[in-house]
Amino acid sequence: MTVLLVAAGAAVGAPLRYLVDRWVQSRLDGAFPWGTLVVNVVGSFVLGLVLGSPSVSSAVAALVATGFCGALTTYSTFSYETLRLIEDGAWSRGAANVLVSMAAGLGAAALGWTLAP
Amino acid sequence: MGTARGQASVLAAIAAGGVLGSLARHGAGVLWPSSPPAWPVTTLLVNASGCLLIGVLMAVLLDLTAPHRLLRPFLGIGVLGGYTTFSTYAVDVQRLLVDGREAAALTYVLLTPVVALVAVWLGTAATRAWRRRRHP
Repeated sequence: MTVLLVAAGAAVGAPLRYLVDRWVQSRLDGAFPWGTLVVNVVGSFVLGLVLGSPSVSSAVAALVATGFCGALTTYSTFSYETLRLIEDGAWSRGAANVLVSMAAGLGAAALGWTLAP
Repeated sequence: MGTARGQASVLAAIAAGGVLGSLARHGAGVLWPSSPPAWPVTTLLVNASGCLLIGVLMAVLLDLTAPHRLLRPFLGIGVLGGYTTFSTYAVDVQRLLVDGREAAALTYVLLTPVVALVAVWLGTAATRAWRRRRHP
């Protein structure tokens, strides 16, 4: 059952990451990976909200936390986009991507945790 | 890829890949549980291996003359995007802090991006070097 819930959450989270990334990237400066930043920050907030609640059931944790939030957010694309910026000589944008992602992601997780019911 | 049908097949490939990647991450957590208050070494290794593999994948894809149009959505956006996680990284830092493990939180928060960037660079560089040796 847990496996099915993880799969169901991931089946929504992964395509949603792609759609949000494309939508954000088409509206903002293409030289900075805003789309990945947005999904990672939103996913960190939602996961903080879910895991910060002491009464969260194991089913909700599997569906929303492990499946949905895990698939919505990504470390591999974040790292690859940072490497691309550095290889293109855009050192300051690469460093900014790491620092802003960490600060905003950790801040969003802490905020979600604090607001959790 | 502009057609609705082309777009639907891309989304389906990403969803299928995302399910496989997420189940692999879930399986790693079941086999080697290490959630806070423990130091989250499993999530670190999942993210590091996923970053190594995306480095390899992107170097291989750039090399192929005509990769299948669903290969990158399935493997890169789906499998590896679903396998790695930023949200668990961020929330595990919060959980370590709540548990009063400030030193563990600090090493984890700093070590993960360093290991991830070294891994993606290593995957890319090793694949490029291997290609150059095979096709000088």
